[in-house]
Amino acid sequence: MQRSFIARNPSVLVFLAALALFTILVTILAEGAGAGVISTSFVKTLGKTLCLCLVAVAMDLVWGYCGILSLGHFAFFGLGGYMIGMWLMYARTEEIVLSANAGAALPMTPQELSDGIAAQIFGVVGGSELPWVWSFAHSLPLQLMLILLLPGLIALVFGWLAFRSRVAGVYLSILTQAMTLALSLWLFQNDSGLRGNNGLSGLQNIPGLAEVPQATLSLWFLWASAFALGGFYLLAAWVVSGKFGSVIRAIRDDEARVRFLGYSVEGYKLFVFTLTAMIAGIAGALYYPQAGIVNPAEIAPIASIYLAVWVAIGGRGRLWGAVLGAAAVSLVSSWFTSGQVPAVPLGFYTVEWTDWWLVLLGFGFVAVTLFAPNGLAGLVERIFIRGAK
Amino acid sequence: MRILISLLAFCAGLWLAPAPLAAQEGGVQAILQQHREAVASGSRRGVEPAINALKASGLDQAREVLEVWQARELYQRAADGLFFFAAPEGDGFRLRDIDTGADAGFAAKAEMTQLRPSGGVRGLIGAALVAFRLLDPDPEDRRTALAALSRSPEAGHLEPLRDAVAAETDPALRRDMERLERALTISFDRDEAARIEAIGFFEGDTGLDARAALAPLVATTRGAAVSAPEGANIARILEPGDDLSEEEAWALLVEAGLAPARVTKADIRAALEANIEGGAAGGVPVRDLGSDAARERAYAALAAAGRAQPTVTDAEARAILDDHVFFERYAEPSPAITEAAEAALASITFRVGAMQAADLTLDALSLASIYFLAAIGLAITFGVMRVINMAHGEFIMMGAYTGYVVQLFVPDYTISILVALPLAFAVTFGAGVAMERLVIRWLYHRPLETLLATFGISIALQQLAKNVFGTQARPLTAPGWLDGALVFNDIVAISYIRIAIFVMALVFLALLVFVLNRTRLGLEVRAVTQNPGMAASMGIDPDRINMLTFGLGSGIAGVAGVAIGLFAQVTSELGQGYIVQSFMTVVVGGVGNIFGALAGATLIGFLQKGIEWFNPSNTLAAQTYMILFIILFIQFRPKGIIALKGRAAGD
Repeated sequence: MQRSFIARNPSVLVFLAALALFTILVTILAEGAGAGVISTSFVKTLGKTLCLCLVAVAMDLVWGYCGILSLGHFAFFGLGGYMIGMWLMYARTEEIVLSANAGAALPMTPQELSDGIAAQIFGVVGGSELPWVWSFAHSLPLQLMLILLLPGLIALVFGWLAFRSRVAGVYLSILTQAMTLALSLWLFQNDSGLRGNNGLSGLQNIPGLAEVPQATLSLWFLWASAFALGGFYLLAAWVVSGKFGSVIRAIRDDEARVRFLGYSVEGYKLFVFTLTAMIAGIAGALYYPQAGIVNPAEIAPIASIYLAVWVAIGGRGRLWGAVLGAAAVSLVSSWFTSGQVPAVPLGFYTVEWTDWWLVLLGFGFVAVTLFAPNGLAGLVERIFIRGAK
Repeated sequence: MRILISLLAFCAGLWLAPAPLAAQEGGVQAILQQHREAVASGSRRGVEPAINALKASGLDQAREVLEVWQARELYQRAADGLFFFAAPEGDGFRLRDIDTGADAGFAAKAEMTQLRPSGGVRGLIGAALVAFRLLDPDPEDRRTALAALSRSPEAGHLEPLRDAVAAETDPALRRDMERLERALTISFDRDEAARIEAIGFFEGDTGLDARAALAPLVATTRGAAVSAPEGANIARILEPGDDLSEEEAWALLVEAGLAPARVTKADIRAALEANIEGGAAGGVPVRDLGSDAARERAYAALAAAGRAQPTVTDAEARAILDDHVFFERYAEPSPAITEAAEAALASITFRVGAMQAADLTLDALSLASIYFLAAIGLAITFGVMRVINMAHGEFIMMGAYTGYVVQLFVPDYTISILVALPLAFAVTFGAGVAMERLVIRWLYHRPLETLLATFGISIALQQLAKNVFGTQARPLTAPGWLDGALVFNDIVAISYIRIAIFVMALVFLALLVFVLNRTRLGLEVRAVTQNPGMAASMGIDPDRINMLTFGLGSGIAGVAGVAIGLFAQVTSELGQGYIVQSFMTVVVGGVGNIFGALAGATLIGFLQKGIEWFNPSNTLAAQTYMILFIILFIQFRPKGIIALKGRAAGD
């Protein structure tokens, strides 16, 4: 008799329980709902970290399980942020324009309203008309669909082109990096219609919820992020546990053999690539309202490399490893760069961690790659699981 | 008419003829005294003969007198009507003789009258002075005068300029004068044939002055009329909807007073706001006025009641547009001249286009050589060894900083660059060897992890450079003999630094091809790349070869860094900007081959410049399109332009 999915994968249950416990704990301690031990900005940091964990899960799926080192998934993450950001900014500006017109003699025509919104949003880049890319920005459902569709479509087209001509390994990495660079350069232009290097800002203000304090909003987003992480973790764990998972792991280990066994390697790869791009888009759409601003610098190729590094440090091929890596590196990173870490006086030189953190991090990558090829998860397994045997 | 003019000229000649004679006898003062009343009154017509006489006198002092006169510093003594240079002294003036410059005593303020030439007179004086300056014995002064003249040409300058051309002995200066004379002829000559001849002179000429002289001739203004105006020099007839939008056409009608201004949406809004009565405007409740249709209905009601200007419907407007003619009219009245100018400009445009293409080719070559320099190290480490070195850009940065540090110690720029090149090679060679020994050799079987480890090294090196050198850009100054540019004409030019980089790229190409194909080391490198096991059994130490190869690739990156630092800002992020492009260069060109990198760099360089040519205002978009093109290109030639075949292809 086939045992249930959860019974075969007890780690999933452990993870979900831990995630739920974490969320409840933060809620109790947070400013918005409970003791007020955790500040609102830290709740936001935790919520953002959950989103980063989610995109790391996607990255682990595509790289750790399917062997495609994509250096473009953070671009999909950023695109998700842009898609939700467009609605947030449009709707918020609409409220502002309408309230500014409240005292006027006549109600506004749709054209006047859209002109007013465009002037508000594009004043900084010298525009006064809504570009075509904003065609759906007035509608939340359409824009929510775009969060899934746009990264998915780009991944589908790009992946189809790349996998079809058997671009693999490091070549694919370089190609995805080129795609990311192209996207960020395009967004950097002022006439891309997405405000150039100003990006979209003021995203922390949710339209229609002006009376809800940020402390409460931050908790809502934390819950949403935790829910999304839990849900997609479950989905990812289910995907990799069955026959499908075996096939994609086999593709990672020896693509040619799987092809000779009659599997459509390109189809599998394309499916995983596209699915993970969509997950990345959702993660981005949850992340940027908490961050408040999304700009092209977020999409720069280096961000996608960092994503790969988180997964590598956490441990590839284990979903909880990716979560561990993303959470650990991003939290430690923000701790070191916040300037709260005490400087180390060496007598002749004082090590300021804001200056030296990146050096430490860089050599940390090297050390992990050389000495712990399975990452933190590998270490944890070696200590606990071997120890248990 | 012509007879009359020649008669007048003859009379003038008769009348003027004795002037030089008189001048030689009596000097400048005598000439001025002949025209005393005219000079004192300052009337333009009267003054002209005086100025001509001064000009014709050939006296040295004439020029000084004219300059002083123009500057309003020439004075007349009331008592005897004589003219003097006067400098204020106490409550009067110290006088100087205008002929000899000798002291001529002191005069009280009341005795002297200042000459205040009008603007017109000063213009005449200026033209006369131009003649003097253009005939100055010192060629440098003549050149300055010519430059001043070309900045603010006037009709009156044409004659003196023609005289000066005839007298000029310096060939270069004479050529410049002739060009300006042609340009002034186009602008100011009254004879149409002469102007057309001058226009012909500039045919196919790429100089900026040629275009500046011709452009005003073909300048047009748009107009509207009931029928095409008679006798006007019409450039073309415009069709509303095709050549100009209907709004523009309507605006022309309004400008010509042929139609009323159309009522805009803003007008409607203003009219409605002004006519709100009891919660409604034009009979429509205010709360319903949130759409254009409702507003137009309300406005129509207002217009019908005579409380707003009636609108012109679209159909009426179209009928009115159809009843009128829209045209572009030349400001220049003569069709022969505009025709000649258009023809000359067309030939110029063609030549300029050809020149721009040549210039673009030079630009593309220089960009290609920069990409080649940046990528050639990668062509070895990535292309030959298949090691992804994300820190390659940081090696370029290290090379550039090495150059900067050398310049801190060696003040002579030529020597410092000569020292920096080998030193940069040594530094990055050492860094590359260290990296290979410590990190990369453990990861030869895990290429994707090499990417991560070298990325770690890359961000660590970048931050280290930031900590050591700070975030601001450091200068790496090129030697003086590389300043400036090789200028072919107004359009085609290339800076010497770019030529030097081009030469350097060629030298490196030759050097590397030599090392890889003609030396023992190159043979061993190729052997180890193709089959390390077999190479090892032939007595080659693969470890040593890998180390040296990686060091060689890194060392070249360092040298490229010095070259790139010469024209770019040396910052810790210098290398980052080149890394993705470099990888693409290698991949596009074909992995495992130095010539592949050359082909890739050439393709990318020309492509980028080509796209920029289509869309010059937007280099970011150009880069985006280029990358998209490369992604597509890889689809069709996954192994690059120069794909290795057979066993050498490996895999």
